[in-house]
Amino acid sequence: MANITKSPWIIHYDGSSCNGCDIEVLACLTPLYDIERFGIINTGNPKHADIFLITGGINYQNVDIVKNTYEQMVDPKVVVAVGICATSGGVFRECYNIMGGVNEVIPVDVYVPGCAVRPEAIIDGVVQALGILEEKRAQLEKEQGGAKK
Amino acid sequence: MKDQNTTMRGIAVSDLVKETGAFKAKGCRLVQIGCTGIGDAYEINYTFDKDYVFETVRITVHDGDVIPSIAEHYWASFIYENEIHDLYGLTVEGMSIDFGGHLFHTAIENPFKNPPEVTKVEKETPAPGPEEGDA
Amino acid sequence: MGRQIVVPFGPQHPVLPEPIHLDLVLEDEVVVEAVPSIGYIHRGLEKLVEKREYTDYIRIAERICGICSFTHSVNYAESVEKVMGLEVPARAHYIRTILMEYSRMHSHMLWLGLTADAMGFENLFMNSWRIREAILDDMEMATGGRVIQGLCTVGGIRKDVPDEMLGQMSDHLKEITPQMEELCKIFSHDTSVRHRMRGLGVLTKEEMWELGGVGPTARGSNLPLDARCTGYSAYDELGFKPVVEKEGDCLARCIVRARELMAAADLVHAAVKKMPDGPVDVGKIKGGPDGEAFFFTEQPRGEVLHYVKGNGSKYLVRHRVRTPTFANIPPLVKMLAGVDLADVPVVVLTIDPCIGCMER
Ligand code: SF4
Repeated sequence: MANITKSPWIIHYDGSSCNGCDIEVLACLTPLYDIERFGIINTGNPKHADIFLITGGINYQNVDIVKNTYEQMVDPKVVVAVGICATSGGVFRECYNIMGGVNEVIPVDVYVPGCAVRPEAIIDGVVQALGILEEKRAQLEKEQGGAKK
Repeated sequence: MKDQNTTMRGIAVSDLVKETGAFKAKGCRLVQIGCTGIGDAYEINYTFDKDYVFETVRITVHDGDVIPSIAEHYWASFIYENEIHDLYGLTVEGMSIDFGGHLFHTAIENPFKNPPEVTKVEKETPAPGPEEGDA
Repeated sequence: MGRQIVVPFGPQHPVLPEPIHLDLVLEDEVVVEAVPSIGYIHRGLEKLVEKREYTDYIRIAERICGICSFTHSVNYAESVEKVMGLEVPARAHYIRTILMEYSRMHSHMLWLGLTADAMGFENLFMNSWRIREAILDDMEMATGGRVIQGLCTVGGIRKDVPDEMLGQMSDHLKEITPQMEELCKIFSHDTSVRHRMRGLGVLTKEEMWELGGVGPTARGSNLPLDARCTGYSAYDELGFKPVVEKEGDCLARCIVRARELMAAADLVHAAVKKMPDGPVDVGKIKGGPDGEAFFFTEQPRGEVLHYVKGNGSKYLVRHRVRTPTFANIPPLVKMLAGVDLADVPVVVLTIDPCIGCMER
């Protein structure tokens, strides 16, 4: 388990974003930015994922999907809110169908600002998330270690 | 830069299906149906196009009116008519596919509906008495 | 006759970057009927006109969709300008045109990549996106933004793009054109691509016109429908001709997009060559829009329409957007009837669905 931060898997969910941030997340996977060189793989299965990337705000349609996905992920896990929409609701904050940022429904560990975020910023955010993941892992091990030994 | 050729004229609701049929006979395609709230009524614009001449006909309706669907001439109208139903709470009769209000899921029902007429009630202003004085 | 069952498709499906939901009625493996339902990313941004001044609202209009962002902002600006009778200087029109063509190239390459990915052609996906980065670099150089540019304002553009930079962009584009041609060749000749898409989801020209399909989806069915023919911005001076393909199947729609890459590059070169001098905006704008207007532009995905209505104040009464994906839903429903379940993802992708746009 100690090597989890060497090869974290991410799951990406598109909230009610404008796509601007989504395509930048996708751009991270492609040759110019290529986050696979950090061992990061994009997966569609929440059970496989360590990092939850969310773009776009939360609306009344996807709130349950986001909660479900978060709950299905196994500990330790971190949540990265990508883009201003995911951070606070952004320009759509006052829309009738938007509840606000991701932190309205699940705890967020890293906020990546920008509209649209730049791929470099996303990578930075993920790298920060790795630090938090490591802390959470150590914490979890301490708790479980005490019980096991 | 060239100007785009768009025209607009108002018609009666009862003429809608007939007018649409005329557009169809001319070989126009349906470009869009769009609704606008104007205080106590709604304008619904039907846009048709042939050779980049965009012609719009407009009907004016009120809350509770039943709008005839133009599906008999344009099957594809269902997508716009359902949108109008979901966002404005207007009833469209005879749609080719009726989603029953499940096309758009919104937090508040019919978000674009005109606000109900508010009859202003004269607020009772408490007579400023010395006992509530905020000196 | 087999038994009919209903299979839900989406909202989370591996090939779809965005949530869309279809209820597929199947008979054995074949789709009999498809019923779409949307609303997963509905934000209700058209309602924001009541809270933002019309000059500010262009930022929202640009964020209707992050892929067709620039075209949306131009379309909104043009419709307000039409209501207010503003004469935008020619240079602004030319620069808008150049950037609209750039966003078409970036969007088409994005789509070609995603389609390749949906077919399981990973290498082609990566390759399309690699070339796309070069386009994004140029857009960033000119405007400061990769996907959201924020360049267009009501009355012109925010900042001039100097001539040397335009020359540089055009040169750069010439360098990557061979790569785009290569890409186009793969999509039109590769056997595995052909096998997946030839003869799939066919609609004839007449059916397409009936159903109101727009953009590359319509042009793949030999229907030369392209809002650029109306000659908005600088298109009337650049000698523009729509790209069409005859077959009306998935491959035809795909080849239309691939060929449009080169057509877009040609338009950019033509615009750079003819670039007029002069100011790029109308200066300070007084008052608010009073009246109404429709305006049409051709987005990467097809014809888009903005309708604005104002009452002379700083806040618009109504802003309506009819996006190409919305218009392409009825053709999609017809295309899906009769295809195999396994082919559904490819067919859905070939209308280039942009759900962010569609649900606003
Ligand atoms: S932060 Fe900006 S670019 Fe990203 S999804 Fe929101 S509006 Fe779009």
